[in-house]
Amino acid sequence: MSQAISPETIEALLPEVAQLIVSALNLDVAPGEIEADAALFGDGLGLDSIDVLEIALVISKQYGFQLKSDNEDNIRIFSSLRALSTHIASQRSK
Amino acid sequence: MKTAALLAHGDPRATFAWRPNGPVSVADYLADATMLAEKLPATSYLLNLCHDRYRFAVGFAAGLLRGMTSLQPSSQSAETFRRLQTEYPNLICLCDGASDTLDLPRLDFPETSTTLEATAGAGITATTQEPAVNRKNQPNSQDFLPSPLRGEGPGERGEPFTVPQIPTDHLAAILFTSGSTGQPQAQRKTWGKLVQNGRAEAIALGLDGQPHAIVGTVPVQHSYGFESTFLLALHGGCAFWAGKPFFPQDIASALEAVPQPRLLVTTPFHLSALLSAEIELPPVDLLLSATAPLSTTLASEAEARTGAPMLEIYGSTESGQLASRRTTDGAAWTLLPGVRLEQTGDETIACDGHVEGRVALSDQIELLPDQRFLLHGRHADLINIAGKRTSLAYLNHQLGAVPGVVDGAFFLPDEAGPDGITRLTAFVVAPGLTARQVTVALRERIDAIFLPRPLVLLDKLPRNSTGKLPRGDLQALYAAKVRHG
Repeated sequence: MSQAISPETIEALLPEVAQLIVSALNLDVAPGEIEADAALFGDGLGLDSIDVLEIALVISKQYGFQLKSDNEDNIRIFSSLRALSTHIASQRSK
Repeated sequence: MKTAALLAHGDPRATFAWRPNGPVSVADYLADATMLAEKLPATSYLLNLCHDRYRFAVGFAAGLLRGMTSLQPSSQSAETFRRLQTEYPNLICLCDGASDTLDLPRLDFPETSTTLEATAGAGITATTQEPAVNRKNQPNSQDFLPSPLRGEGPGERGEPFTVPQIPTDHLAAILFTSGSTGQPQAQRKTWGKLVQNGRAEAIALGLDGQPHAIVGTVPVQHSYGFESTFLLALHGGCAFWAGKPFFPQDIASALEAVPQPRLLVTTPFHLSALLSAEIELPPVDLLLSATAPLSTTLASEAEARTGAPMLEIYGSTESGQLASRRTTDGAAWTLLPGVRLEQTGDETIACDGHVEGRVALSDQIELLPDQRFLLHGRHADLINIAGKRTSLAYLNHQLGAVPGVVDGAFFLPDEAGPDGITRLTAFVVAPGLTARQVTVALRERIDAIFLPRPLVLLDKLPRNSTGKLPRGDLQALYAAKVRHG
Protein backbone atom coordinates (compact mmCIF):
# COMPACT_ATOMS: atom_id res chain seq x y z
CA MET A 1 0.00 0.00 0.00
CA SER A 2 2.82 2.35 0.81
CA GLN A 3 4.58 2.39 -2.54
CA ALA A 4 2.87 4.52 -5.15
CA ILE A 5 1.40 2.53 -8.02
CA SER A 6 0.72 4.59 -11.08
CA PRO A 7 -2.89 4.77 -12.27
CA GLU A 8 -1.66 3.56 -15.68
CA THR A 9 -0.28 0.37 -14.12
CA ILE A 10 -3.61 -0.34 -12.48
CA GLU A 11 -5.56 0.54 -15.60
CA ALA A 12 -3.44 -1.90 -17.58
CA LEU A 13 -4.04 -4.65 -15.04
CA LEU A 14 -7.86 -4.32 -15.07
CA PRO A 15 -8.62 -6.48 -18.15
CA GLU A 16 -6.24 -9.20 -16.96
CA VAL A 17 -7.85 -9.39 -13.50
CA ALA A 18 -11.35 -9.26 -15.00
CA GLN A 19 -10.46 -12.21 -17.23
CA LEU A 20 -9.07 -14.05 -14.22
CA ILE A 21 -12.27 -13.54 -12.21
CA VAL A 22 -14.53 -14.62 -15.06
CA SER A 23 -12.57 -17.78 -15.83
CA ALA A 24 -11.97 -18.73 -12.19
CA LEU A 25 -15.67 -18.46 -11.36
CA ASN A 26 -17.17 -19.55 -14.67
CA LEU A 27 -19.20 -16.35 -14.69
CA ASP A 28 -21.84 -15.63 -17.22
CA VAL A 29 -20.42 -12.23 -18.25
CA ALA A 30 -17.72 -11.04 -20.61
CA PRO A 31 -14.61 -9.70 -18.81
CA GLY A 32 -15.13 -6.34 -20.52
CA GLU A 33 -18.58 -6.07 -18.93
CA ILE A 34 -17.19 -5.88 -15.40
CA GLU A 35 -17.08 -2.22 -14.54
CA ALA A 36 -13.89 -1.17 -12.80
CA ASP A 37 -15.62 0.62 -9.93
CA ALA A 38 -18.82 -1.40 -9.57
CA ALA A 39 -19.28 -3.61 -6.49
CA LEU A 40 -18.15 -7.21 -6.91
CA PHE A 41 -20.49 -8.35 -4.13
CA GLY A 42 -24.15 -7.73 -3.49
CA ASP A 43 -25.79 -5.69 -6.19
CA GLY A 44 -22.82 -5.88 -8.53
CA LEU A 45 -21.61 -9.29 -9.64
CA GLY A 46 -23.14 -10.93 -6.57
CA LEU A 47 -20.00 -12.77 -5.51
CA ASP A 48 -19.86 -14.64 -2.20
CA SER A 49 -17.14 -15.80 0.18
CA ILE A 50 -16.63 -19.04 -1.72
CA ASP A 51 -15.79 -16.95 -4.77
CA VAL A 52 -13.38 -14.83 -2.77
CA LEU A 53 -11.42 -17.91 -1.79
CA GLU A 54 -11.35 -19.16 -5.36
CA ILE A 55 -10.16 -15.80 -6.66
CA ALA A 56 -7.56 -15.66 -3.88
CA LEU A 57 -6.16 -19.01 -4.95
CA VAL A 58 -5.82 -17.96 -8.58
CA ILE A 59 -4.28 -14.64 -7.57
CA SER A 60 -1.69 -16.32 -5.37
CA LYS A 61 -0.63 -18.58 -8.21
CA GLN A 62 -0.62 -15.90 -10.87
CA TYR A 63 0.93 -13.04 -8.93
CA GLY A 64 2.98 -14.84 -6.29
CA PHE A 65 1.58 -13.51 -3.02
CA GLN A 66 -0.86 -14.71 -0.36
CA LEU A 67 -3.94 -12.73 0.61
CA LYS A 68 -4.56 -12.18 4.30
CA SER A 69 -7.62 -10.93 6.10
CA ASP A 70 -6.12 -10.21 9.49
CA ASN A 71 -6.67 -6.49 9.08
CA GLU A 72 -10.24 -6.65 7.82
CA ASP A 73 -8.99 -5.32 4.50
CA ASN A 74 -10.96 -8.05 2.81
CA ILE A 75 -14.00 -5.96 2.16
CA ARG A 76 -11.97 -3.08 0.78
CA ILE A 77 -9.71 -5.27 -1.37
CA PHE A 78 -12.65 -7.06 -2.95
CA SER A 79 -14.92 -4.02 -3.14
CA SER A 80 -14.36 -3.52 -6.87
CA LEU A 81 -12.26 -4.67 -9.80
CA ARG A 82 -10.14 -1.54 -9.47
CA ALA A 83 -9.60 -2.06 -5.72
CA LEU A 84 -8.58 -5.67 -6.30
CA SER A 85 -6.23 -4.69 -9.15
CA THR A 86 -4.69 -1.98 -6.99
CA HIS A 87 -4.04 -4.48 -4.23
CA ILE A 88 -2.49 -6.93 -6.67
CA ALA A 89 -0.27 -4.23 -8.16
CA SER A 90 1.01 -3.31 -4.70
CA GLN A 91 1.61 -6.87 -3.51
CA ARG A 92 2.62 -8.89 -6.55
CA SER A 93 5.95 -10.62 -6.62
CA LYS A 94 5.63 -11.85 -10.17
CA MET B 1 -33.61 -29.20 39.84
CA LYS B 2 -30.98 -30.97 37.78
CA THR B 3 -28.04 -28.83 36.76
CA ALA B 4 -24.79 -29.12 34.80
CA ALA B 5 -21.64 -27.03 35.12
CA LEU B 6 -21.04 -24.19 32.68
CA LEU B 7 -17.73 -25.75 31.67
CA ALA B 8 -15.70 -28.87 32.29
CA HIS B 9 -12.28 -27.42 33.05
CA GLY B 10 -11.19 -28.30 36.57
CA ASP B 11 -8.44 -25.72 36.86
CA PRO B 12 -9.16 -21.96 36.86
CA ARG B 13 -5.69 -21.38 35.38
CA ALA B 14 -6.28 -23.66 32.41
CA THR B 15 -6.43 -21.88 29.07
CA PHE B 16 -9.94 -21.48 27.69
CA ALA B 17 -9.20 -19.39 24.61
CA TRP B 18 -6.31 -17.91 22.64
CA ARG B 19 -6.40 -14.32 21.46
CA PRO B 20 -3.81 -12.35 19.50
CA ASN B 21 -2.56 -10.92 22.80
CA GLY B 22 -2.22 -14.31 24.46
CA PRO B 23 -4.15 -16.94 26.39
CA VAL B 24 -7.37 -16.35 28.34
CA SER B 25 -7.74 -18.47 31.44
CA VAL B 26 -10.90 -20.21 32.59
CA ALA B 27 -11.03 -17.82 35.56
CA ASP B 28 -10.84 -14.80 33.23
CA TYR B 29 -13.57 -16.23 31.04
CA LEU B 30 -15.91 -16.75 33.99
CA ALA B 31 -15.17 -13.24 35.25
CA ASP B 32 -15.88 -11.71 31.83
CA ALA B 33 -19.13 -13.66 31.58
CA THR B 34 -20.22 -12.52 35.04
CA MET B 35 -19.41 -8.91 34.16
CA LEU B 36 -21.35 -9.06 30.91
CA ALA B 37 -24.32 -10.79 32.57
CA GLU B 38 -24.69 -7.73 34.78
CA LYS B 39 -24.92 -5.50 31.74
CA LEU B 40 -27.52 -7.56 29.93
CA PRO B 41 -31.09 -6.37 30.33
CA ALA B 42 -33.73 -8.65 31.82
CA THR B 43 -35.02 -10.09 28.59
CA SER B 44 -35.43 -13.60 27.19
CA TYR B 45 -33.49 -13.86 23.94
CA LEU B 46 -29.93 -13.02 23.02
CA LEU B 47 -29.09 -12.64 19.34
CA ASN B 48 -25.35 -13.14 19.67
CA LEU B 49 -23.77 -11.70 16.52
CA CYS B 50 -20.18 -11.51 17.79
CA HIS B 51 -17.67 -12.44 15.11
CA ASP B 52 -14.92 -13.05 17.61
CA ARG B 53 -15.25 -16.58 18.97
CA TYR B 54 -14.21 -15.53 22.47
CA ARG B 55 -16.70 -12.67 22.64
CA PHE B 56 -19.40 -15.03 21.41
CA ALA B 57 -18.43 -17.44 24.19
CA VAL B 58 -18.60 -14.69 26.82
CA GLY B 59 -22.01 -13.61 25.49
CA PHE B 60 -23.32 -17.16 25.48
CA ALA B 61 -22.25 -17.80 29.08
CA ALA B 62 -23.53 -14.40 30.22
CA GLY B 63 -26.89 -15.21 28.63
CA LEU B 64 -27.00 -18.56 30.43
CA LEU B 65 -26.25 -16.86 33.74
CA ARG B 66 -29.21 -14.55 33.10
CA GLY B 67 -31.50 -17.41 32.07
CA MET B 68 -31.58 -16.27 28.45
CA THR B 69 -31.78 -18.25 25.20
CA SER B 70 -29.21 -17.74 22.43
CA LEU B 71 -30.72 -17.21 18.97
CA GLN B 72 -28.49 -18.48 16.17
CA PRO B 73 -29.92 -17.83 12.71
CA SER B 74 -28.24 -19.16 9.59
CA SER B 75 -28.10 -15.75 7.95
CA GLN B 76 -27.77 -12.15 9.05
CA SER B 77 -29.94 -10.59 6.38
CA ALA B 78 -32.41 -7.80 7.10
CA GLU B 79 -35.22 -10.24 6.36
CA THR B 80 -33.89 -12.66 8.98
CA PHE B 81 -33.72 -9.92 11.61
CA ARG B 82 -37.28 -8.82 10.86
CA ARG B 83 -38.57 -12.34 11.20
CA LEU B 84 -36.73 -12.90 14.47
CA GLN B 85 -38.07 -9.62 15.80
CA THR B 86 -41.61 -10.76 15.09
CA GLU B 87 -41.18 -14.21 16.58
CA TYR B 88 -39.01 -13.22 19.56
CA PRO B 89 -40.14 -9.66 20.36
CA ASN B 90 -37.97 -9.23 23.44
CA LEU B 91 -34.61 -10.09 21.93
CA ILE B 92 -31.42 -8.08 22.23
CA CYS B 93 -28.46 -8.16 19.82
CA LEU B 94 -24.93 -8.53 21.11
CA CYS B 95 -22.44 -7.12 18.59
CA ASP B 96 -18.69 -6.74 18.38
CA GLY B 97 -18.48 -4.94 15.08
CA ALA B 98 -20.28 -2.65 12.71
CA SER B 99 -23.07 -5.17 11.99
CA ASP B 100 -26.22 -3.49 10.75
CA THR B 101 -28.92 -4.59 13.16
CA LEU B 102 -31.70 -2.32 11.87
CA ASP B 103 -33.63 -0.90 14.82
CA LEU B 104 -33.31 -3.97 17.04
CA PRO B 105 -32.31 -3.38 20.68
CA ARG B 106 -28.55 -3.74 20.76
CA LEU B 107 -25.68 -4.04 23.21
CA ASP B 108 -22.17 -3.48 21.87
CA PHE B 109 -19.72 -5.84 23.49
CA PRO B 110 -18.10 -3.92 26.35
CA GLU B 111 -14.33 -4.14 26.30
CA THR B 112 -12.82 -5.98 29.23
CA SER B 113 -9.17 -6.37 30.07
CA THR B 114 -9.33 -9.74 28.35
CA THR B 115 -10.89 -8.66 25.10
CA LEU B 116 -8.89 -5.50 24.57
CA GLU B 117 -6.20 -5.92 21.98
CA ALA B 118 -3.85 -4.92 24.75
CA THR B 119 -0.33 -3.71 24.36
CA ALA B 120 2.06 -5.32 26.79
CA GLY B 121 2.15 -3.88 30.26
CA ALA B 122 -0.35 -1.13 29.62
CA GLY B 123 -1.87 -1.65 33.03
CA ILE B 124 -5.44 -1.59 31.81
CA THR B 125 -8.15 -2.33 34.31
CA ALA B 126 -11.56 -3.68 33.53
CA THR B 127 -14.27 -1.14 32.81
CA THR B 128 -16.54 -2.26 35.57
CA GLN B 129 -17.03 -1.64 39.26
CA GLU B 130 -17.35 -5.31 40.07
CA PRO B 131 -14.28 -6.16 42.15
CA ALA B 132 -14.19 -9.78 41.04
CA VAL B 133 -13.41 -8.75 37.48
CA ASN B 134 -11.08 -5.89 38.29
CA ARG B 135 -8.17 -7.95 37.13
CA LYS B 136 -4.79 -7.04 35.89
CA ASN B 137 -4.09 -6.87 32.22
CA GLN B 138 -3.70 -10.23 30.49
CA PRO B 139 -0.17 -11.41 31.05
CA ASN B 140 1.56 -11.44 27.73
CA SER B 141 4.12 -14.16 27.90
CA GLN B 142 6.29 -15.31 30.74
CA ASP B 143 3.97 -13.70 33.29
CA PHE B 144 1.32 -16.23 32.51
CA LEU B 145 2.74 -19.45 33.84
CA PRO B 146 1.90 -20.49 36.55
CA SER B 147 2.48 -18.72 39.83
CA PRO B 148 1.61 -15.06 39.06
CA LEU B 149 -1.87 -16.15 38.10
CA ARG B 150 -2.40 -17.94 41.35
CA GLY B 151 -4.69 -15.78 43.39
CA GLU B 152 -6.26 -14.09 40.39
CA GLY B 153 -9.86 -14.43 39.35
CA PRO B 154 -12.42 -16.02 41.61
CA GLY B 155 -9.78 -17.47 43.92
CA GLU B 156 -8.39 -14.01 44.62
CA ARG B 157 -10.38 -13.43 47.75
CA GLY B 158 -9.74 -16.87 49.11
CA GLU B 159 -12.88 -18.37 47.65
CA PRO B 160 -12.71 -21.85 46.23
CA PHE B 161 -12.95 -22.17 42.44
CA THR B 162 -16.62 -22.56 41.68
CA VAL B 163 -18.15 -23.02 38.25
CA PRO B 164 -21.72 -21.77 37.78
CA GLN B 165 -24.39 -24.47 37.45
CA ILE B 166 -27.08 -24.18 34.77
CA PRO B 167 -30.39 -26.13 34.87
CA THR B 168 -30.21 -28.96 32.33
CA ASP B 169 -33.73 -28.33 31.07
CA HIS B 170 -33.03 -24.64 30.37
CA LEU B 171 -33.59 -23.73 26.70
CA ALA B 172 -30.01 -22.61 26.04
CA ALA B 173 -30.06 -22.04 22.29
CA ILE B 174 -32.27 -22.01 19.24
CA LEU B 175 -30.44 -22.82 16.02
CA PHE B 176 -32.12 -22.27 12.70
CA THR B 177 -31.81 -24.53 9.68
CA SER B 178 -30.99 -22.71 6.49
CA GLY B 179 -34.53 -23.28 5.32
CA SER B 180 -34.88 -25.56 2.31
CA THR B 181 -38.52 -24.61 2.14
CA GLY B 182 -37.95 -20.91 2.56
CA GLN B 183 -38.98 -20.66 6.19
CA PRO B 184 -36.09 -21.39 8.55
CA GLN B 185 -37.02 -23.95 11.19
CA ALA B 186 -36.20 -23.33 14.85
CA GLN B 187 -34.20 -26.13 16.48
CA ARG B 188 -34.42 -25.94 20.26
CA LYS B 189 -31.40 -27.06 22.30
CA THR B 190 -31.53 -27.51 26.04
CA TRP B 191 -28.45 -26.99 28.18
CA GLY B 192 -28.20 -30.64 29.28
CA LYS B 193 -28.12 -31.84 25.66
CA LEU B 194 -25.47 -29.28 24.68
CA VAL B 195 -23.26 -30.46 27.53
CA GLN B 196 -23.70 -34.08 26.42
CA ASN B 197 -22.96 -33.03 22.85
CA GLY B 198 -19.59 -31.46 23.74
CA ARG B 199 -18.59 -34.46 25.83
CA ALA B 200 -19.65 -36.99 23.20
CA GLU B 201 -17.67 -35.26 20.48
CA ALA B 202 -14.57 -35.00 22.67
CA ILE B 203 -14.74 -38.75 23.31
CA ALA B 204 -15.38 -39.60 19.66
CA LEU B 205 -12.41 -37.51 18.52
CA GLY B 206 -10.18 -38.87 21.27
CA LEU B 207 -9.71 -35.43 22.85
CA ASP B 208 -11.09 -36.29 26.29
CA GLY B 209 -7.70 -37.50 27.48
CA GLN B 210 -5.70 -34.89 25.60
CA PRO B 211 -7.22 -31.44 25.12
CA HIS B 212 -6.23 -29.70 21.87
CA ALA B 213 -6.03 -26.06 20.83
CA ILE B 214 -8.81 -25.58 18.28
CA VAL B 215 -8.53 -23.36 15.19
CA GLY B 216 -11.85 -23.07 13.34
CA THR B 217 -12.50 -21.66 9.87
CA VAL B 218 -16.26 -21.88 10.38
CA PRO B 219 -18.56 -19.40 12.14
CA VAL B 220 -19.27 -20.16 15.78
CA GLN B 221 -23.02 -19.48 15.49
CA HIS B 222 -23.76 -22.24 12.97
CA SER B 223 -24.22 -25.78 14.22
CA TYR B 224 -20.91 -27.29 13.09
CA GLY B 225 -18.78 -24.42 14.39
CA PHE B 226 -20.91 -24.10 17.51
CA GLU B 227 -20.42 -27.77 18.38
CA SER B 228 -16.89 -28.37 17.15
CA THR B 229 -15.21 -25.20 18.37
CA PHE B 230 -17.30 -23.75 21.21
CA LEU B 231 -18.92 -26.81 22.84
CA LEU B 232 -15.78 -28.87 22.28
CA ALA B 233 -13.82 -26.29 24.26
CA LEU B 234 -16.50 -25.82 26.91
CA HIS B 235 -17.15 -29.50 27.63
CA GLY B 236 -14.25 -31.24 25.97
CA GLY B 237 -11.72 -29.30 28.02
CA CYS B 238 -10.12 -27.75 24.92
CA ALA B 239 -9.12 -24.15 24.15
CA PHE B 240 -10.01 -22.31 20.94
CA TRP B 241 -8.45 -19.60 18.79
CA ALA B 242 -10.74 -16.55 18.95
CA GLY B 243 -10.42 -15.63 15.28
CA LYS B 244 -11.95 -17.21 12.20
CA PRO B 245 -9.10 -17.46 9.68
CA PHE B 246 -10.21 -17.39 6.07
CA PHE B 247 -7.37 -17.28 3.54
CA PRO B 248 -4.80 -20.12 3.58
CA GLN B 249 -2.15 -17.78 4.99
CA ASP B 250 -4.53 -16.74 7.80
CA ILE B 251 -5.09 -20.38 8.73
CA ALA B 252 -1.35 -21.03 8.86
CA SER B 253 -0.82 -17.96 11.07
CA ALA B 254 -3.63 -18.93 13.44
CA LEU B 255 -2.22 -22.44 13.84
CA GLU B 256 1.17 -20.94 14.53
CA ALA B 257 -0.33 -18.77 17.29
CA VAL B 258 -1.56 -21.68 19.43
CA PRO B 259 0.42 -24.48 21.07
CA GLN B 260 0.34 -28.12 20.02
CA PRO B 261 -1.55 -30.37 20.00
CA ARG B 262 -3.63 -28.49 17.44
CA LEU B 263 -7.00 -29.34 15.92
CA LEU B 264 -8.10 -27.65 12.69
CA VAL B 265 -11.90 -27.50 12.35
CA THR B 266 -12.71 -26.79 8.72
CA THR B 267 -14.70 -27.71 5.60
CA PRO B 268 -13.73 -29.55 2.40
CA PHE B 269 -13.73 -26.24 0.60
CA HIS B 270 -11.40 -24.39 2.99
CA LEU B 271 -9.21 -27.48 3.25
CA SER B 272 -8.91 -27.82 -0.49
CA ALA B 273 -7.91 -24.14 -0.79
CA LEU B 274 -5.41 -24.56 2.05
CA LEU B 275 -3.73 -27.54 0.40
CA SER B 276 -3.71 -25.89 -3.03
CA ALA B 277 -1.95 -22.81 -1.73
CA GLU B 278 1.77 -23.27 -1.88
CA ILE B 279 2.51 -22.24 1.69
CA GLU B 280 4.25 -23.88 4.59
CA LEU B 281 1.91 -25.29 7.23
CA PRO B 282 2.77 -25.41 10.93
CA PRO B 283 2.39 -28.87 12.51
CA VAL B 284 -1.23 -29.94 12.99
CA ASP B 285 -2.24 -32.94 15.10
CA LEU B 286 -5.84 -33.52 14.05
CA LEU B 287 -8.03 -32.36 11.15
CA LEU B 288 -11.81 -32.22 11.22
CA SER B 289 -14.20 -31.59 8.34
CA ALA B 290 -17.97 -31.31 7.95
CA THR B 291 -20.78 -29.54 6.03
CA ALA B 292 -20.15 -31.43 2.78
CA PRO B 293 -18.74 -34.83 1.80
CA LEU B 294 -14.97 -35.04 1.79
CA SER B 295 -13.38 -37.09 -0.96
CA THR B 296 -10.89 -39.83 -0.11
CA THR B 297 -8.44 -38.11 -2.44
CA LEU B 298 -8.52 -34.84 -0.51
CA ALA B 299 -8.49 -36.69 2.83
CA SER B 300 -5.39 -38.68 1.78
CA GLU B 301 -3.68 -35.55 0.53
CA ALA B 302 -4.44 -33.74 3.79
CA GLU B 303 -3.06 -36.61 5.85
CA ALA B 304 0.05 -36.87 3.67
CA ARG B 305 0.74 -33.12 3.91
CA THR B 306 0.18 -32.79 7.67
CA GLY B 307 0.74 -36.25 9.09
CA ALA B 308 -2.48 -35.73 11.07
CA PRO B 309 -5.54 -38.02 11.00
CA MET B 310 -8.33 -36.49 8.91
CA LEU B 311 -11.70 -37.01 10.60
CA GLU B 312 -15.16 -36.17 9.37
CA ILE B 313 -18.32 -35.35 11.28
CA TYR B 314 -21.81 -36.22 10.10
CA GLY B 315 -24.84 -34.42 11.44
CA SER B 316 -27.40 -31.72 10.87
CA THR B 317 -28.68 -28.65 12.66
CA GLU B 318 -31.84 -30.57 13.58
CA SER B 319 -30.11 -33.59 15.09
CA GLY B 320 -26.77 -32.14 16.11
CA GLN B 321 -23.67 -34.09 15.13
CA LEU B 322 -24.30 -37.82 15.04
CA ALA B 323 -21.25 -39.70 13.87
CA SER B 324 -17.63 -39.50 12.87
CA ARG B 325 -15.17 -41.39 10.70
CA ARG B 326 -11.61 -41.29 9.52
CA THR B 327 -12.22 -40.84 5.82
CA THR B 328 -9.22 -42.88 4.71
CA ASP B 329 -10.35 -45.85 6.85
CA GLY B 330 -13.40 -46.48 4.72
CA ALA B 331 -16.93 -45.33 4.10
CA ALA B 332 -18.56 -46.43 7.37
CA TRP B 333 -19.47 -43.91 10.08
CA THR B 334 -19.46 -44.62 13.80
CA LEU B 335 -22.17 -43.08 15.99
CA LEU B 336 -21.16 -40.67 18.72
CA PRO B 337 -21.48 -42.12 22.24
CA GLY B 338 -25.12 -42.42 23.33
CA VAL B 339 -26.70 -41.67 19.94
CA ARG B 340 -29.02 -44.26 18.33
CA LEU B 341 -30.54 -44.65 14.86
CA GLU B 342 -33.90 -46.32 14.23
CA GLN B 343 -35.26 -47.29 10.86
CA THR B 344 -38.77 -47.82 9.56
CA GLY B 345 -38.91 -48.37 5.83
CA ASP B 346 -37.02 -45.60 4.06
CA GLU B 347 -36.97 -43.32 7.05
CA THR B 348 -34.15 -43.10 9.57
CA ILE B 349 -34.67 -41.48 12.96
CA ALA B 350 -31.89 -40.24 15.23
CA CYS B 351 -32.57 -40.31 18.96
CA ASP B 352 -31.04 -40.66 22.44
CA GLY B 353 -27.74 -39.28 23.66
CA HIS B 354 -27.55 -35.55 22.98
CA VAL B 355 -30.21 -35.66 20.24
CA GLU B 356 -33.29 -33.57 21.13
CA GLY B 357 -36.33 -35.82 20.75
CA ARG B 358 -36.62 -37.91 17.59
CA VAL B 359 -35.21 -36.40 14.42
CA ALA B 360 -35.96 -37.75 10.93
CA LEU B 361 -32.83 -37.60 8.77
CA SER B 362 -32.81 -36.42 5.18
CA ASP B 363 -30.24 -39.01 4.09
CA GLN B 364 -30.59 -42.57 2.93
CA ILE B 365 -28.82 -44.71 5.48
CA GLU B 366 -27.80 -48.37 5.69
CA LEU B 367 -27.32 -49.59 9.27
CA LEU B 368 -24.31 -51.80 10.04
CA PRO B 369 -23.42 -53.71 13.21
CA ASP B 370 -21.40 -52.09 16.03
CA GLN B 371 -22.94 -48.60 15.99
CA ARG B 372 -21.85 -48.09 12.40
CA PHE B 373 -23.69 -47.10 9.23
CA LEU B 374 -23.27 -46.12 5.59
CA LEU B 375 -24.63 -42.99 3.93
CA HIS B 376 -26.21 -43.41 0.53
CA GLY B 377 -26.75 -39.79 -0.35
CA ARG B 378 -29.44 -37.26 0.20
CA HIS B 379 -33.01 -37.62 -0.82
CA ALA B 380 -33.08 -36.40 -4.40
CA ASP B 381 -34.46 -32.91 -4.22
CA LEU B 382 -32.10 -31.47 -1.63
CA ILE B 383 -29.20 -29.25 -2.55
CA ASN B 384 -26.19 -28.55 -0.34
CA ILE B 385 -23.64 -26.02 -1.55
CA ALA B 386 -20.87 -25.15 0.86
CA GLY B 387 -23.05 -26.13 3.80
CA LYS B 388 -26.07 -24.09 2.75
CA ARG B 389 -29.12 -26.14 2.04
CA THR B 390 -32.14 -25.67 -0.13
CA SER B 391 -34.28 -27.74 -2.45
CA LEU B 392 -34.72 -27.69 -6.20
CA ALA B 393 -38.46 -27.29 -5.62
CA TYR B 394 -37.91 -24.09 -3.66
CA LEU B 395 -35.46 -22.67 -6.19
CA ASN B 396 -37.76 -23.52 -9.10
CA HIS B 397 -40.63 -21.86 -7.30
CA GLN B 398 -38.60 -18.66 -6.84
CA LEU B 399 -37.50 -18.75 -10.49
CA GLY B 400 -41.07 -19.14 -11.66
CA ALA B 401 -42.10 -16.15 -9.56
CA VAL B 402 -39.76 -13.77 -11.43
CA PRO B 403 -41.91 -11.47 -13.62
CA GLY B 404 -41.40 -12.38 -17.28
CA VAL B 405 -40.24 -15.94 -16.64
CA VAL B 406 -42.53 -18.34 -18.45
CA ASP B 407 -40.85 -21.58 -17.48
CA GLY B 408 -37.65 -22.54 -15.78
CA ALA B 409 -35.74 -25.25 -13.97
CA PHE B 410 -32.62 -25.37 -11.85
CA PHE B 411 -30.21 -28.20 -12.47
CA LEU B 412 -27.30 -29.55 -10.44
CA PRO B 413 -24.77 -31.12 -12.82
CA ASP B 414 -23.42 -34.59 -12.04
CA GLU B 415 -19.91 -34.07 -13.07
CA ALA B 416 -18.14 -31.81 -10.61
CA GLY B 417 -15.80 -33.30 -8.02
CA PRO B 418 -17.06 -33.68 -4.47
CA ASP B 419 -14.69 -31.10 -2.96
CA GLY B 420 -15.06 -28.38 -5.52
CA ILE B 421 -18.19 -26.34 -5.18
CA THR B 422 -20.71 -27.52 -7.71
CA ARG B 423 -22.63 -24.55 -9.00
CA LEU B 424 -26.18 -24.75 -10.21
CA THR B 425 -27.30 -24.18 -13.75
CA ALA B 426 -30.75 -22.84 -14.65
CA PHE B 427 -32.65 -23.31 -17.89
CA VAL B 428 -35.11 -20.50 -18.36
CA VAL B 429 -37.77 -19.46 -20.84
CA ALA B 430 -38.24 -15.70 -20.56
CA PRO B 431 -39.04 -13.96 -23.83
CA GLY B 432 -37.86 -10.37 -23.79
CA LEU B 433 -35.52 -10.74 -20.82
CA THR B 434 -31.75 -11.15 -20.82
CA ALA B 435 -29.99 -13.73 -18.68
CA ARG B 436 -28.54 -10.87 -16.68
CA GLN B 437 -32.00 -9.42 -15.94
CA VAL B 438 -33.30 -12.76 -14.71
CA THR B 439 -30.21 -13.20 -12.52
CA VAL B 440 -30.64 -9.75 -10.99
CA ALA B 441 -34.27 -10.55 -10.14
CA LEU B 442 -33.31 -13.94 -8.69
CA ARG B 443 -30.70 -12.38 -6.45
CA GLU B 444 -33.45 -10.66 -4.50
CA ARG B 445 -35.14 -13.99 -3.89
CA ILE B 446 -32.43 -16.55 -3.19
CA ASP B 447 -29.05 -16.76 -1.49
CA ALA B 448 -26.21 -15.72 -3.82
CA ILE B 449 -24.60 -19.13 -3.48
CA PHE B 450 -27.54 -20.71 -5.32
CA LEU B 451 -27.50 -18.27 -8.24
CA PRO B 452 -27.17 -20.18 -11.50
CA ARG B 453 -23.81 -20.20 -13.25
CA PRO B 454 -24.69 -20.07 -15.98
CA LEU B 455 -28.31 -19.19 -16.57
CA VAL B 456 -29.24 -20.49 -20.04
CA LEU B 457 -32.14 -18.91 -21.94
CA LEU B 458 -34.14 -21.28 -24.13
CA ASP B 459 -37.23 -21.09 -26.34
CA LYS B 460 -38.77 -23.94 -24.41
CA LEU B 461 -37.85 -26.62 -21.88
CA PRO B 462 -37.74 -30.30 -22.91
CA ARG B 463 -40.79 -31.26 -20.86
CA ASN B 464 -42.21 -34.72 -21.53
CA SER B 465 -45.84 -35.58 -22.14
CA THR B 466 -46.67 -35.42 -18.45
CA GLY B 467 -44.98 -32.06 -18.09
CA LYS B 468 -42.01 -33.48 -16.19
CA LEU B 469 -38.38 -32.68 -16.88
CA PRO B 470 -36.45 -35.98 -16.75
CA ARG B 471 -33.04 -35.47 -15.19
CA GLY B 472 -31.40 -37.25 -18.13
CA ASP B 473 -32.81 -34.71 -20.55
CA LEU B 474 -31.55 -31.83 -18.43
CA GLN B 475 -28.12 -33.46 -18.25
CA ALA B 476 -28.10 -33.72 -22.06
CA LEU B 477 -29.16 -30.09 -22.34
CA TYR B 478 -26.40 -29.15 -19.93
CA ALA B 479 -23.85 -31.08 -22.02
CA ALA B 480 -25.02 -29.36 -25.18
CA LYS B 481 -25.46 -25.80 -23.93
CA VAL B 482 -22.96 -25.42 -21.13
CA ARG B 483 -20.11 -27.86 -21.56
CA HIS B 484 -19.78 -27.33 -25.31
CA GLY B 485 -21.67 -24.11 -25.71
